[in-house]
Parts: sequence; structure tokens; C-alpha cells
Amino acid sequence: MANQTSNSSRSLSREIPLWRDERVLKVAAQILSAVLVIGLLVWLAGNVVSAANQRGLSLGFRFLKESAGFPIGETPIPYDPSRSFAYAFLVGVLSTLKVSVVGIVFATMLGIIVGIARLSSNWLVNRLALAYIEIHRNIPLLVLLFLWYTGVFITLPRVQDSITWPGPVYLNQRGLFITWPRLTSTGAVFVISILAAIILASVAWSMLSRYQIKTGRSTYYGWVSLAILLLVPLLGWFLAGGAPVRFDTPVLQGFNFQGGLHLTPEFTALLIGLVTYTAAFIAEVVRAGIQAVSRGQQEAARALGLRYWQVLSLVIMPQAMRVIIPPLISQYLNLVKNSSLAFFIGYPELFFIGRTTTNQAGRAIQVILLVMTVYLAISLITSLVLNIYNRRIQLVER
Amino acid sequence: MATISVEIVEPPRPPGPLAWLRENLFSNWFNSILTMISLVIVIWGSISALRWVFFSADWTPVARNPLLFLVGQYPRESLWRVGASLAIVSFLAGVSWRQWGGTMRAFVLLYAAFLFIGVFWSPKGETLTLPMRIFLASNLGFILLGYLIGGLKLITPRLVVIAWALSIVITLMLLNGFSNSPILSHVPTGLWGGLMVTLILAVGGIALSFPIGVILALGRRSSLPVVKWFSIIFIEVVRGVPLIGILFLSSVTLPLFLPQDVRVDLLLRALVGMTLFSAAYMAENVRGGLAAIPPGQEEAAKALGLNNFQITILIILPQALRAVIPPIVGQFISLFKDTTLASGVAVLEFLAIGRSIVQSNPAYVSKQAEVLVFIAAVFWIFCYMLSYASLRLEAALGVGER
Repeated sequence: MANQTSNSSRSLSREIPLWRDERVLKVAAQILSAVLVIGLLVWLAGNVVSAANQRGLSLGFRFLKESAGFPIGETPIPYDPSRSFAYAFLVGVLSTLKVSVVGIVFATMLGIIVGIARLSSNWLVNRLALAYIEIHRNIPLLVLLFLWYTGVFITLPRVQDSITWPGPVYLNQRGLFITWPRLTSTGAVFVISILAAIILASVAWSMLSRYQIKTGRSTYYGWVSLAILLLVPLLGWFLAGGAPVRFDTPVLQGFNFQGGLHLTPEFTALLIGLVTYTAAFIAEVVRAGIQAVSRGQQEAARALGLRYWQVLSLVIMPQAMRVIIPPLISQYLNLVKNSSLAFFIGYPELFFIGRTTTNQAGRAIQVILLVMTVYLAISLITSLVLNIYNRRIQLVER
Repeated sequence: MATISVEIVEPPRPPGPLAWLRENLFSNWFNSILTMISLVIVIWGSISALRWVFFSADWTPVARNPLLFLVGQYPRESLWRVGASLAIVSFLAGVSWRQWGGTMRAFVLLYAAFLFIGVFWSPKGETLTLPMRIFLASNLGFILLGYLIGGLKLITPRLVVIAWALSIVITLMLLNGFSNSPILSHVPTGLWGGLMVTLILAVGGIALSFPIGVILALGRRSSLPVVKWFSIIFIEVVRGVPLIGILFLSSVTLPLFLPQDVRVDLLLRALVGMTLFSAAYMAENVRGGLAAIPPGQEEAAKALGLNNFQITILIILPQALRAVIPPIVGQFISLFKDTTLASGVAVLEFLAIGRSIVQSNPAYVSKQAEVLVFIAAVFWIFCYMLSYASLRLEAALGVGER
């Protein structure tokens, strides 16, 4: 049978002229497109090399070892201008990651709140959330960032006349000064007890909830986990013998505040801009996800006697998450990419440091290549990790 | 014997305002608290916003520079070219109103409202001269003319679409001029600016990225591994990096990638960056449309003896592209907002013009917020209109209802 078909196809191919044989055409089309694309790349690279030779530019990456020579306004790790370009670049990567991670956490929280407000049966709350979303979605992020930075943070009072909020939190031209808990010498025990509490609570949660699902007997796993979460750190506090954290308050000394947590105006403006902008998109994602769960699910769960929050956490959210996760991933990635707009307001993240390096040392092509590679790597790794998580929750499908 | 009791069941009356309030705002104590908090936010927010807009804000930098905001430093003696382009747009807007009605009518009326504002714009500062105001008013006439001509049997929707496409080319030729023409002298793009450049970047970017995006989307679905992988690599790389990086690549490093005697204009370089960026997202949108086509369509076409090229052009694409119009409008909105990033590579688009107005005059430095709020408001109106239109289009096309 198989022999026969291969025979007949062979005889067919003899009848078909070469230029109409699909297999030949397929190979030819691929070779042609490969030649075109590779030819284009070779041509572009050739131009770069000849331009570099003519102008005496180097195309290597050896400059990375040279001393950077430019100062950086704020750095997550210690830095001074005598460090190498590679080190300055690392500072940029870390700054990007810092603002991205903090931004993602806050944007998610705000986005969920606004998204749920959008679904509220309270007309006023609902409209307020809609107004928030429509304002932020229809104005370019860059305009919003400039509004926050030059419209708000630049016009703040001088250090001496800071705006003071309870905490104390001080807001002035130099940025935001927050009272911040810092660990004391006995802090290690306390931190360990918190970690232990988290692990114990999650173990208790998963075991008891599994037992409840299996037997149908109520185990109050939520309350038990909460109790563990509260009691174990308390025990740790006593064992440590002495306060494990000390509150570091900013104090005005001379012309500036000392102590506390200091956030620069650039960082704060960027963070607020990114968070409020991305939250509007996340809110829409959350709303769409919850609305995608059919109403019957909720009604059936109520009919089974589940309480309101049980309906939400056991029935609605697990189903909504499947719809929410994929667009949420792309919003997170957008936030990471949008953090490059910090370049416009002068927060020294990856792109800003890339531009400074270009101004300082030339080598635009190498620098942009490095910067793009880092963004691409962040994007690919994030989407890889979250896609794995996504696949795991999608598997639960009916 | 059997008396039938006639009970008149009244239809439920629409709830009165008090019942509405109770149901929607004060249904329980939690809701009532939420309502009170929101009420405080709304009242406090709107009072302080209104007070700022009408009393404390100083709008002179906005009111005195209408031409800068619209066309940047385009030579004032050549402004008639911008006017001619505007007249073409007005005429075609009128034609489209007659052809499509509905959403188009809303658009055209809003456009007319903008013209109307222009006619009565503040008389102080670098103002619009009387002839300019008369010209703006006469654009309303062009719209009407278009509306009347659009009723002719000769005019078909296809013709109008082609006319719009042609109008982009004509407008660009008018604005750019030719290097050795006495009437249409060359205007270097360094002098272009304002809303005009923003629109050119957004419309040009989306229009040019459309064919590239379609090719990439078809390439990504291709059975040829080489073609498929080239498409996937391009799409994923571009989607994985920020636009500002691509703009930087296209405007700072593009000259290095080209032969040395080729000089590419600054605006064109930015447009190339916007187009490449937009093409990757366009490809993903089109791919969504392609995926929505049932495989039976392709099988039926094959059975009719069409070849692959004919199937793609005659069967698949017309159906797929119809389904992707709303996402493309969405993409246009984000591209329109993203044009602001071109200010980072020295293109004087709307935002950059606003910022340079502030920096050019020491008296304006303290009025940054006013200029930025004005820019934000203009973007908001444009984007809101477009997203409204996209919703209407979605309903009109019946996408997702099959």
C-alpha cells in the first residue's frame, strides 16, 4: 500500500515541471527568503564596518572595562565615577529592576482595587473607577510622567517648609522622606520566625484545605493559618529579647533630612506615573476576567451555601485567574518597558545610563545592542516564568 | 357562578429618584460609607479642579501660540499648504459622512467643532490672522461640499478609501515641497512640528506598518520553517524592547547602517522606527484575525482549485482583515500616544513643542502645568473619540457575534 502511493507520487512528480512542483517551490522560497534576509543583514553590517573604519570607531566591547567617568544621581548599589562602564551598566539594570518590581506590586494592588470598584453595584464608586480608567488610558504615559514630575514634584516646597504627614512622612523638593523600620541586632531571630511562620502557615493551609475538600468537614484552615502567621512571629519577638525593629525617622539637620527612607523626586514621580498608568490597564484586565465567569457559577455557589468571600475565593477567582493571567503578563512587561521613559525625567535607569554612555564614549551601536538585549532578556524570562505558572493553572481546566 | 376576580397587575413603575438612590447608593451601611467617601472625593476633586482651571491657572502660553501648537515652525509664508491639506481633509470628511453616516457623522461634527474653536481662538499673541479665521470657517463649507458630492452615485466606499490613501501622499508632497520648484519650495522637516507631526507620525506609522504586519503575520503562520522563524524572531524581538530604544536605534544608529552618501531625514528616521515597532504589533493583531477564520474556508477554496496565493488574497485576507479593524483602531490609539516618545530623538511633535514653548520664554517656566494639562486634554479628546469609534465599529461590523 505504502509502496504504491510512493510509486504513484513519484510518477506524478515526473509529470509536474520543476517550477510547479510544490516541494521544490517550498525549498526555493525558503532559500530565497533566507538569502534576502541574510543579504540585508550582511549589507547593513558591511556599512557599519566601513563607516567605523572610515571614522576610526571601534566596534568591540573592550570599552566596557574603561572607567565610566560620569556620576549617577541615585544608585541601588555603591557607585563612583571611577568604576567601569560595565559596572555603571549593572547599576542601570538594577535601577530598572528596582522600579519595575516595586511598580508591578503597587500597580497590581491599585489595579485590583479599581477593577473591583468598576464592578461595584454602587453607582458612584463605579463611575469614579470608570473616570479613573478613562483618564489614564487616553493620555500618553510620557505626558502623565511630565505632569507628575514638573507639574507636581518640582513645584513642591523647599526642605524647610516640607509638607508633613503622620508617620512622620515629609514631602519636599528633594523627594519623599519616610519613617522606615530597620532591623536591630536582635532582628535576625525575628526575621527567621517570620519566614518560619509563612512556611508553617502555607503548609497548614494546603494540608487542612485538602483535608476539608476530601472529607467535607470544616477545618477553619483560614483562621488556623492566620493564627500561625500572627503567633509565631510574636513568639520570635519574645525569644529575641528586645525590640527586633527600630523605626528610623527622618530628622531635619541643617539643609536636609537625615535618616529614614529617602525616595528622590525622579524615582517617586516615575513610580507614581507608572503605577497609576498601568493600574488603569490592570483594572480593565481584572474586570474582564471577573465578568468572564458566568453568573450561574456565582448563583450555584451561593445556592450550595458558600459565604460571600468563599464564593469569591473558591469559585470566582480561580476561574477568573485563567482569563486574567495572560493579559496581566503583558501589562507587567509593558511596565518594565515603559520604565525606560525615566530617561525623560532623569531617573538613572538602564536606558538613561545607555544614553549617558553614548554621550561619554560614543559606541552607540554596542550600547544600544546591550540595552536592547537586557530588555529582551527581562521580557523573555518574565514571560517564560509567568507562562509556566499560567500553564499550571490552566491545567486545572474541566 | 364562577366570578373571575380581575386583578389588574400594574407594570412595574420606573423607580423614582429616591428609590434609585436607595438601590444604587445606599443599599446597605457599607455601600453608604463608600458613597459618602466617593462623594467627598468627587466634590473636593471637581471644586479644586474647576478652581484651578478657571481662576489660578494662567493659560497665556497656550492661548498665545496656536500656530506653534498646530504646525510648529513651519514657514508662515507657506502656511497655505497646510491650509490646502486641511481643505482636502474637510472635503473627504464630508464625503465620508455621506457615505458611512453613524460614527462618521459624530467624528465630522467634532472636527467641525474644532474648526469653530479655531475661528474664535484668543485674539492675543501670535494669533490667527483674519484671513486664517475666514479660511477655517470656510472649511465648514468644504465639509458641506463633500457631503453633497458624496451623495453622487459615482462615489463608492472603495473610492473614498482610495481617496483618503491618496490624500496622505498629496499632503506629504504639499508640505515637503520639491527642492527645485519655484511655487512649492522645499521645507526641511526640521521646521515641521506640533500636532501636524504627531498626526503624520501616527497615521504614517499605522499605514506603513499595515502591509509589513500582514506579511509578517502570514509569515508566522507559514509552513516554511525559515520564513516562519524569521517572522517570529522579528516580531518577538521588537515586542520585547521599548519603543524609545527602537527610535534611538533608528535615529541615532540608522545613518551608520546605511551607505555614507545616503542621508535620511530626521522625521523619516523616526517614522521608520515607529513603523517597524508598529509592524510587530500589527502582525500579532492580524494573526488573531487569521486564527479566527474557520479552516473550512481554506479547504473549500482548495477544492475549487485556487492556488495558495489566490486563497490568501481572495479568501483568507478579506475575512481576516474585516475582523481586525477594531484591534487596529486600538493599536492606532496607542501608537498615537506613543508618538510623544519621538520628542526623545529631537522630533518636535506636539509634546515637544509644548515643552519648547515653556523653555523659550522665562515668563512661561512657571506655567508648565498649564501647557501639560492642555496637551493631555488634546490627547484625551482624540483618544477617547477613537476608542468610542472603535466600539461603534465593533458593533457595526458584528465582530464576535458570529
